[in-house]
Amino acid sequence: MLRHPRTWMGLLSLLVFTPAHAAWTVNMTPGATEVSRNVFDLHMTIFWICVVIGIIVFGAMFWSMIVHRRSTGQQPAHFHESTAVEILWTVVPFLILVVMAIPATRTLIHMYDTSEPELDVQITGYQWKWQYKYLGQDVEFFSNLATSQEQIHNRDPKDEHYLLEVDNPLVLPAGVKVRFLVTSSDVIHSWWVPAFAVKRDAIPGFVNEAWTRIDEPGVYRGQCAELCGKDHGFMPIVVDVKAKPDFDKWLAERKEEAAKLKELTSKEWTKEELVARGDKVYHTICAACHQPEGQGMPPMFPALKGSKIVTGPKEHHLETVFNGVPGTAMAAFGKQLSEVDIAAVITFERNSWGNNDGDMVTPQDVVAYKQKQK
Amino acid sequence: MSAVIDHPEHSHAGEHHHGPAKGLMRWVLTTNHKDIGTLYLWFSFCAFLLGGSFAMVIRAELFQPGLQIVEPAFFNQMTTMHGLVMVFGAVMPAFVGLANWMVPLMIGAPDMALPRMNNFSFWLLPAAFGLLVSTLFMPGGGPNFGWTFYAPLSTTFAPHSVTFFIFALHMMGMSSIMGAINVIATILNLRAPGMTLMKMPLFVWTWLITAFLLIAVMPVLAGCVTMMLMDIHFGTSFFSAAGGGDPVLFQHVFWFFGHPEVYIMILPAFGAVSAIIPAFSRKPLFGYTSMVYATASIAFLSFIVWAHHMFVVGIPLVGELFFMYATMLIAVPTGVKVFNWASTMWQGSLTFEAPMLFAVAFVILFTIGGFSGLMLAIAPADFQYQDTYFVVAHFHYVLVPGAIFGIFASVYYWIPKWTGHMYDETLAKLHFWLSFIGMNMAFFPMHFLGLAGMPRRIPDYNLQFANFNMVSSIGAFLFGTTQLLFLFIVIKTIRGGKPAPAKPWDGAEGLEWTVPSPAPYHTFSTPPEVK
Repeated sequence: MLRHPRTWMGLLSLLVFTPAHAAWTVNMTPGATEVSRNVFDLHMTIFWICVVIGIIVFGAMFWSMIVHRRSTGQQPAHFHESTAVEILWTVVPFLILVVMAIPATRTLIHMYDTSEPELDVQITGYQWKWQYKYLGQDVEFFSNLATSQEQIHNRDPKDEHYLLEVDNPLVLPAGVKVRFLVTSSDVIHSWWVPAFAVKRDAIPGFVNEAWTRIDEPGVYRGQCAELCGKDHGFMPIVVDVKAKPDFDKWLAERKEEAAKLKELTSKEWTKEELVARGDKVYHTICAACHQPEGQGMPPMFPALKGSKIVTGPKEHHLETVFNGVPGTAMAAFGKQLSEVDIAAVITFERNSWGNNDGDMVTPQDVVAYKQKQK
Repeated sequence: MSAVIDHPEHSHAGEHHHGPAKGLMRWVLTTNHKDIGTLYLWFSFCAFLLGGSFAMVIRAELFQPGLQIVEPAFFNQMTTMHGLVMVFGAVMPAFVGLANWMVPLMIGAPDMALPRMNNFSFWLLPAAFGLLVSTLFMPGGGPNFGWTFYAPLSTTFAPHSVTFFIFALHMMGMSSIMGAINVIATILNLRAPGMTLMKMPLFVWTWLITAFLLIAVMPVLAGCVTMMLMDIHFGTSFFSAAGGGDPVLFQHVFWFFGHPEVYIMILPAFGAVSAIIPAFSRKPLFGYTSMVYATASIAFLSFIVWAHHMFVVGIPLVGELFFMYATMLIAVPTGVKVFNWASTMWQGSLTFEAPMLFAVAFVILFTIGGFSGLMLAIAPADFQYQDTYFVVAHFHYVLVPGAIFGIFASVYYWIPKWTGHMYDETLAKLHFWLSFIGMNMAFFPMHFLGLAGMPRRIPDYNLQFANFNMVSSIGAFLFGTTQLLFLFIVIKTIRGGKPAPAKPWDGAEGLEWTVPSPAPYHTFSTPPEVK
């Protein structure tokens, strides 16, 4: 490294001329909700209590280290116990703790009160993306990392929201009590947005509750907080908070889109159209494990290029994508993707990287398969 | 028997002070507590360098945003192996090594109570770690689910090598349990006449309590990994909701082991520091009795606070409150210990040789780790801290200047007794200051990163975290390379140096200083009288 003075200069300039957003942030922010402000106050109170105790204890130690040195001719004293002092420093810390516990208990009870929500959102963690479902509204979608591989692998400059940007953010109304129902389809994830002081583990087979009421419209960002495998660092959370009327408008639009998607399923697709659509689906969903060129990362993530399943009968290929492979990281995408997207991605895989099956799977095939499953 | 002692000329076979066997077989077959202690300490140091090199890979990747050196899949193996190797390979064996060397010398016993088992419990470790480290070269890679190996990431979604990992943990557990049984048997049965329990040095006390913790929780860990094994290979569903199990059960079982485990890694260091601070303050330890009771209280409380590692998994409100209050309570006995150490120094006649430097840094920096621990105990605030770099900062502050500095202090304090030579004080002080600066530079900025919102166990991060990550990496490289200096100092001391008197520290107390330096191969064949 020393042989490359320019690298050092580069690093130095990185340290000195960092953009405003890369400031030397040293503390939590008070956040955007009443609860997050309560949490921030608790954090600061306990911090200052620790600082005061620290100053007293370390002060006494440094006083000893400076004044009671042998080099100053100090003769050691011989005391080695004092019941009164020992009782004092057992009781006083205990009382401080009681004082701390009261506001902490109050805040915790408030945080656990998930009653009377005005909107329910189900959050499901997947390796490595989030799914948001507006309960009773017939609107659901996946939220994937939007940062490009070029930025991650240092071929493109990184922008401000590097790794904290998604294709479809969760949209929420401001000033409304929203309840989150958090669960997972594979491993444990944790849904965390620091500005709301909401962090809840997403546990497969169980549903956890949390709630928030956000004061102001704005964009809030967070990340998965529980190690969930290879791309744990690459499943951010973005929440776009809109004023209530704007939110209602957005929700109506999404409902319309959902209806349109249903139409797409019955449309007659050509192979080229499906491959083009499948290309996009593959790179947002599948490429994380099976890699952009279909080469996979054996043995955990098998290659699709030349794979027996992909070059074999299309029924088996569809079955594998739809139901996943139990006991492996291959999820059941039948639950995650629309019929169109499943058809598109399978057609893409069968006609890419030298796989030349030449055939296609249509959305109607997927619908038919779904019927057969039931 | 007394007839034999009365006529020493007849007792050559049993009583003659023979030296160690020659060659490699000395180490393979040894039942001598000093040899086994040495083996444990060297093993621990090798694991420390190995685990440290994993940490260097982690810090190198995190030096800048973006992926430069390793892929995320390998990064996860590094974080996992760093944790496992440091906890089970570096810290725990180091304390067992210190116990082997010092407990018999401190209580006036000729050896450990169960010498053959002692040999076996050591030799299990190289086998266990050979197996664990070999997983890195297996197809699919080594364990990549964090040292806490939460199910189902470590079961259904694990690489194939997980089975080897489970078997390695079983062996480490057996080794620890046998080591603990040995320590308890030695302390309870082999104390010199007159050494009542309340006259034992605190290092002996803290190790006695640690040994009970080990016996209580290592079987729980073994049960936990056995359930994993059953889930993976025999179709059970302990940790899978699909089959009627519960992934959160894993966390309850793991942390019932895991929380006492963190005290297993710190209590012996408390004991060592309680010997070193009085020695260099030339003043008796303040509040010996309350130190013993505080240690016992901490050990007891450590069994009823496990779920504070799980504040965000969705445990009910009442459970959350209970675990918050119980966790906060630990601050009381821990505070008593810190106040006692500060009072021991007060109005002493202080000098700052290397053991004292490490011991004082231990008290101050461990207290900082204790403060962040208290902050983490506040459940609502923990919703913001959980699984961020704030937690990483916290446990490195209790483990590096806690456990590791405690071990360094112990080594410098007792190495004259082990080798018969004084270590090089100038180099040791350099080792201290470089470690101190490197360690703070590496871990203090992690508090800021966590509070600003950086999750732990991620290979890449947003630009807002870039500055402190770079500072942290530079500190980590400094701390890491400094440990090679420690290796040099130890080798230099073994090979030569100023001859050490029986008691090289004028303020030191205890039976270990009544035998010559280096301690003869067999000591206290006749028990000393303690008044």
